[in-house]
Amino acid sequence: MSKILEIKDLTIHYVTDSEVVRAVNDISIELEEGESLGLVGETGAGKTTTALGVLGLVPNPPGKVISGEVIYKGQDLLKLSDAEMRKIRGREISMIFQDPMTALNPVLTVGDQIMEVVRLHQKVSKAEAMKRAMEMMEMVGIEGARCGEYPHQFSGGMKQRIVIAIALACNPNLLIADEPTTALDVTIQAQVLDLIDNLKKKFNTSMLLITHDLGVVAEVCDKVAIVYAGRIVEYGTLNHIYNNPHHPYTNGLFGSIPDFSHKAHRLNPIKGLMPDPSNLPEGCAFAERCPHVTDACRKKQPIAVEVEPGHFVRCLLHEKEVR
Amino acid sequence: MSNLLEVKNLKKYFKTNRGLLHAVDDVSFTIPRGKTLGIVGESGCGKSTLGRTVIHLHEKTSGQILFDGKDISDVDKHQLKALREDMQMIFQDPFSSLNPRMSVSQLIAEPLLIYKKCSGKELEQTVMQLMDTVGLAQRLYNSYPHELDGGRRQRIGIARALALSPKFIVCDEPVSALDVSIQAQIINLMQDLQEEHQLTYMFITHDMSVVRHISDDIMVMYLGMMVECCDSEEIFHNRFHPYTKALLDAVPIPQVREKKERRLIKGEITSPIHPGDECRFAKRCPYADQICFEKTPVSEEICPGHFVSCHHVREINHLQENK
Repeated sequence: MSKILEIKDLTIHYVTDSEVVRAVNDISIELEEGESLGLVGETGAGKTTTALGVLGLVPNPPGKVISGEVIYKGQDLLKLSDAEMRKIRGREISMIFQDPMTALNPVLTVGDQIMEVVRLHQKVSKAEAMKRAMEMMEMVGIEGARCGEYPHQFSGGMKQRIVIAIALACNPNLLIADEPTTALDVTIQAQVLDLIDNLKKKFNTSMLLITHDLGVVAEVCDKVAIVYAGRIVEYGTLNHIYNNPHHPYTNGLFGSIPDFSHKAHRLNPIKGLMPDPSNLPEGCAFAERCPHVTDACRKKQPIAVEVEPGHFVRCLLHEKEVR
Repeated sequence: MSNLLEVKNLKKYFKTNRGLLHAVDDVSFTIPRGKTLGIVGESGCGKSTLGRTVIHLHEKTSGQILFDGKDISDVDKHQLKALREDMQMIFQDPFSSLNPRMSVSQLIAEPLLIYKKCSGKELEQTVMQLMDTVGLAQRLYNSYPHELDGGRRQRIGIARALALSPKFIVCDEPVSALDVSIQAQIINLMQDLQEEHQLTYMFITHDMSVVRHISDDIMVMYLGMMVECCDSEEIFHNRFHPYTKALLDAVPIPQVREKKERRLIKGEITSPIHPGDECRFAKRCPYADQICFEKTPVSEEICPGHFVSCHHVREINHLQENK
């Protein structure tokens, strides 16, 4: 296995006249070939901005990549020109967007939309591209003959399958999936997750899965990064995070989910709210909500420590233990 | 223990250009005083319509609704106004269900003013008290909804529903739009309020873990019809209907576990317009045979308190014939 993607200390801010929103702060991630990493966090944690940063799609202005490197197969994507980046998007790295209802163009047939990406990246005739589009549709479980239909003629689950077909049409090496199943019903979600999982295995695609659903992550990911206020607070394998969580926020997240396998009388939610990313505290961003908070937490930004091989936690509580 | 709400053979059809849409078809259930009935199902199964029809936000097509011993199936405007004091609703989307031009205090005071419950200083005090009950800080008294996050907005929605001290609240996906940590806070709040005020809830959701946590009884709906209804613990251990099985199997569980083969159901929800005399799940059901396409199954009490609508429930589950 070799590294396919390495994000090093990525920092992205949204700068407006009145404030600076620190959306992503020093995020570092490594992804091996064929591996899936789940980026988990709540609304506003900076998950989607991280993904947009990888693809060079952060809206600028106001978005600005302050520092960091995104190394894909040995080259830093952030240093590439727009033209070079366009060659990578869709062919090497592609993205599945969250909302299938708005991700598709309503005035183009779905066949045309799948064809578009094929024709952009491969020198093929229109007829060949259409053949490829129909193959892709069959692969995601929709009759190829429906390629002349428009998005509104499909249901939500089918639209998401078409979005997946577009993303996979050029056999990308890396797939970024931004909440691919959030807008879908559970039975359809299960179908789509199975589909992504099968296609991933078939083509040995790596995946960065962005979600807030710890259940979905457990189904499809190998590694997990828990994001809070633009920082990765805990990072490790599925087993590390689910069976041996260390960070108080991770524990809080698990305490907030009603347990499906047995009935508890009360939930243990995390108190309070996520801090405003335009006004992050000096110390640990989770301090105000943390049950184990100390004075030191409010002053010092914790560094990531390795509590067991491959399992990193960013918390002062564990910083001391390790030393 | 008496039943607060009793619904018998409730039907709600909508006229559409393409024909009659059977949103709720022949649904019967009861909710005992102080208990919670969870209604689950995928989008388009009629769960919201059912909730709205029960409290007369939609006028029913036929059927009977008994509330607190009284028949409220047909009420005029004045009776309805009196009735609404006792039955309230919490809406799904705290971003669109609050008037953006009204302040928090105005929003919460609105039902009290409409029912001329109090005015002046007393009104102010009652509003303060309600804010306290739902955990809204007093400093937010003059804030507007756009200044608040989703969790706080949903608290306003709950305060509005509680203002008239109702007996019965229809909760239509009250936590679906919220992040998990906030969702847990709201669920705990709703449970506390239920205990304090002996509230009866009809809790509509698509989230299986949430519904198990909060409900005493669960009703599963599919395309306007009830497919299974029983005690909430029972349904997680002994589920008999093939749809319920598939639905619960599809829920991703936040645990590291062996990848089990899931019994995924194929296809998607079919159209509720002009359904024929058939089991509505038949087209997706792995056990369907001829009778399923010829006759609509009726709900049967398989064991005490456990109702299932399926022709083949006994063969599928290897159960003995009653008596």
